[in-house]
Amino acid sequence: MGVAVLIGSKKGAFLLESDSARRDWRVRGPYCEHWPLTHVAADPTQQTIYATGGNAWFGPAVWKSNDGGAAWTHSSKGLAYPQGETPVQCAWVAHAAHGRLYVGVEPAGLFVSDDGGESFREVEGLRRHPSRPQWQPGGIGLVLHSIVSDPVDPRRLWVGISSVGVFYTEDGGETWHPRNSGTRCDYLPEGERYPELGQCVHNLTLASGHSNRLYQQNHCGMYRSDDGGASWQSIEDGLPSSFGFPVAVHPRDADTLFFLPLNGDTKGRYPPDARAAVWRSRDGGAHWRDGRAGLPQAGAYFGVMRQAMATDAFEPAGVYFGTSNGSVYASRDEGETWECIARDLPAISSVETMMAN
Amino acid sequence: MSAPVVVRLPFLLTALFPGAERIVRIDAETVDEVMNALEERWPGMRDRLCDTTPAIRRHINVFVEGKRVRLDERLPPGADVFILTAVSGG
Repeated sequence: MGVAVLIGSKKGAFLLESDSARRDWRVRGPYCEHWPLTHVAADPTQQTIYATGGNAWFGPAVWKSNDGGAAWTHSSKGLAYPQGETPVQCAWVAHAAHGRLYVGVEPAGLFVSDDGGESFREVEGLRRHPSRPQWQPGGIGLVLHSIVSDPVDPRRLWVGISSVGVFYTEDGGETWHPRNSGTRCDYLPEGERYPELGQCVHNLTLASGHSNRLYQQNHCGMYRSDDGGASWQSIEDGLPSSFGFPVAVHPRDADTLFFLPLNGDTKGRYPPDARAAVWRSRDGGAHWRDGRAGLPQAGAYFGVMRQAMATDAFEPAGVYFGTSNGSVYASRDEGETWECIARDLPAISSVETMMAN
Repeated sequence: MSAPVVVRLPFLLTALFPGAERIVRIDAETVDEVMNALEERWPGMRDRLCDTTPAIRRHINVFVEGKRVRLDERLPPGADVFILTAVSGG
């Protein structure tokens, strides 16, 4: 058994491969013709790797490889809004579930492929939501960047759109409902900081083995929901900042999760005091502990983007993150100690894992 | 049938379509018809060059006889059509 760490970067995809010991790493790439990629992720049931991106020359596309990254094809067939509407600029995130591939795009919308990424059609219900005229772009644009699916019920999906918020469907995408109660907007006037939508969700994930526990990193806070997003509770007490981008969960323990707080949206968006740390909770966010051993403790002025932290399925679990200055750090012991396993790659936008036989 | 136009494609584009040629002769009276003919030969190529406005992508330039043109430009018989990637990226 081995693991491939899938890297999405500003200049293509890279694969970092190792065996179960996770001590020696081999770097392969760049793939996808140096396209700027926002996300590289696997469909573990098919051993297929998907990469999403938007090229300044050639537009949006979804790349895929069926042979572990050796050969790649690309498609944007059907990945389009009707003529006359603002065209799709970028395929932003890929999520494989229940035999389907979901893709979130900019401007915000959701597409689905039933043929393994060869062609796509829009999940039109989302953009039919009556709030659509109010959706306003965040710093990266009006982007649907997070897709979460119920592992049991294929009709249940959550998506995150910055800076619009979380939406939920339980009918396969026909109707959608905002799921932002309890998440705040510090950038709105006092007394108006808990609207129905307009929240700047940064990343969203489902706790392992659960259908209703979600974790969220928001522009304004870290949150947990135990009711499928109907209500959110802040879990940021004990963390050095309420700001960051990624959240990752343990592969087996629903109470264990990882954040990587940055110092704040107006303070440079790098690790607090330029000292890197991944913060872990073993109790669903009630208490936090920082893991720093092996991470730079001075001069760490990098960012870590919303899809750029992941775990593997080994025991103990591996944790990985990639930085805006092209380094990848790995922990073999669930965040206690770290080492740099790649450096000087292009700016990293995403980190995912794929277990391999 | 009038003389086909001669279309020159950029390397970065043909690299995305295995087997695609850099110089193509196409029977077309407009740039839009050129794009459709390219799509027919190499499915997906029109999406790489045009968006759904429909328009030529912002960082793709199509030149005919020294002039940058749009999709609706009419082409004289035998015209030289240059499709180029603009200066872009970092």
